[in-house]
Amino acid sequence: MKLRAADLCKSFGRQTVLREVNLNLEQVHALALIGPSGGGKSTLLRIMAGLEKPDSGRLHLNDREVIYREKELMVHRRSVGTVFQAFNLFPHLTALQNITLPLEKVHHYKPPEARQVAEEILERFQLSEHCHKPPAQLSGGQRQRVAIARAISIKPKLLLFDEPTSALDPEMTAEVLEVIEELRKEGRDLVLVTHQMGFAHRIADQIALLSGGRITECGPPSQVLDNPVSDTTREFLAKILKY
Amino acid sequence: MAWQVLLLNWAFAFLLLALICFFSFSQLRYNWNWQTVGGYSGFFWRGWLNTLKISSLALVLSTLIGMVAALARRSGFLALQAVSRLYVELVRGTPLLVQISFAFYVVADALHFQDRFTVGLFTLSLFSGAFISEIIRGGIESVGTSQLESARAIGLTRFQTYRYVILPQAIRVILPALAGMFANLIKDSSLLSVISIEEFTWNAQQVSALTYSNFECYIPLAIGYLVLTLPITLWTQWLEKRTRYET
Repeated sequence: MKLRAADLCKSFGRQTVLREVNLNLEQVHALALIGPSGGGKSTLLRIMAGLEKPDSGRLHLNDREVIYREKELMVHRRSVGTVFQAFNLFPHLTALQNITLPLEKVHHYKPPEARQVAEEILERFQLSEHCHKPPAQLSGGQRQRVAIARAISIKPKLLLFDEPTSALDPEMTAEVLEVIEELRKEGRDLVLVTHQMGFAHRIADQIALLSGGRITECGPPSQVLDNPVSDTTREFLAKILKY
Repeated sequence: MAWQVLLLNWAFAFLLLALICFFSFSQLRYNWNWQTVGGYSGFFWRGWLNTLKISSLALVLSTLIGMVAALARRSGFLALQAVSRLYVELVRGTPLLVQISFAFYVVADALHFQDRFTVGLFTLSLFSGAFISEIIRGGIESVGTSQLESARAIGLTRFQTYRYVILPQAIRVILPALAGMFANLIKDSSLLSVISIEEFTWNAQQVSALTYSNFECYIPLAIGYLVLTLPITLWTQWLEKRTRYET
């Protein structure tokens, strides 16, 4: 994918979260957003997902500008798949229904088609035996995998992950990261906010570090993580790698 | 629990009730006069059917009013929010008796509208609607923001979000409170007797006046209301069970 952000700014009340964020990536398949909490990485991802409107600036995705008007945003949100940290699924629906709901109501699949698509994806993720369970009966890792299944079922042009493993214990983290890595190998384009540096190193072809609302460093993992240029990056890495 | 145990518990509860009633009435020196009152059973039937009619209509109407008021309160228009808020606070804060008199003797009179039944129906519905709107609003607001966020992310419209995400979850919170409200509505309809709507209570009062009897009228009255309110409670319990899911 091609991703271009020009002077994106965003404030919540008196708190400025993004200060003139610029990005210019010509050929990127997996972009990892890293950085300290409150640095603006989640906000940037949410702007890409069409869930937040920037105060100023522009965002181009594959040479098309994302228009931040409700009508256009609805179309945009329907073309990307977003996975949050937790509580992605609707608790009153089964795993299967969670996937068929957007297929039927948003993407106008007929119920049997939607069901078939959902069943195929759940089978691929080895979740078939859980397809009639409500989220409360699934483990945290299974829930996130169902959420990812829902996100890819609509054939999105881009997958967005907002700290998808932050609420999970290590074992479940692994099962979710494996799924993401598999999607990456399939050649799907994705943007990922993460605190898992090792994982970012493995799957990202570009890493951007956001701190204080600015991108302080952006480049391939070998540069950003192994030979950082900026002091902010070095400090951040020193801090998180210490423990 | 085995059904025998359940039966025993219920039998015990009924026995206790019967003892209290028996004791109280045995202390009362009262000449029961069932036969005379029995001659007026037509009054009771007519009244009961009228109460059934006005309550069922008010039940539907007040739910609609409650839904509209709750949505107005959550809408983006400040004027709508204010109107809804004013309506709810005024109606909840004043006695139904005053509202009925005001609606009939002032508002309906000014409009030269004389149909007591319609005035009564609308007043009762507006009264219950205010409470129901708060119940519905509470239910809607019990659904977490993360749910709304997910609904937005998958591209549901505002209406679809209400239809497929918010309402199915809110209904669990709304139902028990709504059942209590519906039972209240049925009993509150007795106050319509003050503008001489010929419902159950009004008819019982007529019989009481005609036959100089009290409890022979009030006991059937109580049973008549119970017959209406009990099924509602049971129906909601069943619905609650059906809509239950783990969280």
